[in-house]
Amino acid sequence: MEYILIIISAIFVNNIVLAKFLGVCPFLGVSTKISTALGMTGAVTFVMVLATIVTFLLQKYVLEPLGITFMQTITFILVIAALVQMVEIVLKKVSPSLYQALGIFLPLITTNCAVLGVAIMTAMNKDFNLMESTVFAFANALGFGLALILFSGMREHLDLIDVPEGMKGVPIALVLAGLLAMAFMGFAGIA
Amino acid sequence: MNKLQIFAKGFLKENPVFVLLLGMCPTLGVTTSAINGLGMGLATTFVLIMSNMVVSLVKDFIPDKVRIPSYIVIIASFVTIVELTMQAYAPSLFEALGIFIPLIVVNCIILGRAEAFASKNRAIDSILDGAGIGLGFAMALTILGAIREILGSGKFFGIDVYSGDGALIFVLAPGAFLVLGYLIALSNKLNKKLYKK
Repeated sequence: MEYILIIISAIFVNNIVLAKFLGVCPFLGVSTKISTALGMTGAVTFVMVLATIVTFLLQKYVLEPLGITFMQTITFILVIAALVQMVEIVLKKVSPSLYQALGIFLPLITTNCAVLGVAIMTAMNKDFNLMESTVFAFANALGFGLALILFSGMREHLDLIDVPEGMKGVPIALVLAGLLAMAFMGFAGIA
Repeated sequence: MNKLQIFAKGFLKENPVFVLLLGMCPTLGVTTSAINGLGMGLATTFVLIMSNMVVSLVKDFIPDKVRIPSYIVIIASFVTIVELTMQAYAPSLFEALGIFIPLIVVNCIILGRAEAFASKNRAIDSILDGAGIGLGFAMALTILGAIREILGSGKFFGIDVYSGDGALIFVLAPGAFLVLGYLIALSNKLNKKLYKK
């Protein structure tokens, strides 16, 4: 039950992109086609879950016992950067087809604030154990994917619409994102 | 490019928010009021100036292959300084900005300037570039925050502008996207007028 609550809350109620504003850069950047949105979602899910597990263990067993939690920001970003690099190398060797699909998105993920954001949120939440943190990270990645894929589907339709000159491109996309965020606000209160 | 141009380009021509579309997460996330926007903008400006300066000073000693991780460590150090300073001297702002302070590390503006400008130019120019881009970012955030605050809660920097409640939607998430969308459209129009060949 608790896991279901975490999942629904992270995907719909507190959607990471539309309610918490994390990961907006890739949300706007790679959302012009559904296929790239799917690739990005896969890469983010992979890295976010891995990064959260590693940073959770680091926080619990290294930073907190040593009393150096102020090193959190530096440690986490280094861990994520190293992890992304490692995932890239391993994937290239083990599964070239998956690497083909996710490859170009992986370097972008180091500066995706959703990954660092979820890692920090998990570390700050004192009640989460390892399993809950993993579920939380996975649910947030799904929420990111849902928002990204919905948005890219809408943007594909947007290409066919006659938009006033000044609003073409990013401005109309942002207005669209605003409407999507408004729709997600309808979930407020269910979890 | 002379020194003034390096400094001034961040405000309109290469404004990180309105033109380059970088650093969107803090832009949308913290601008529920003008003061939050300004605070975030100034914190980012400090990190940007310092990291630009240090990167341009040590650029000759860093091997090319590990330059990005090195830049990230430099940036993360300054972010930690800001984080601790703010926690000590401006706790209410620290509370309001929350998770977005550590997330200055992954603000693409900072790494972008380190890579695109500071790693190729002298320290003094890099400082000016950081100050210009940083203040341009702060300006954009303050404008966005002010508009959302006025429309959403009827206040400007906490002072009542009109009585009654505003349209709450502007303080909530959708308002951030809507206001930024229209502001970018406006700045496109302005830039087109000013820099028409």
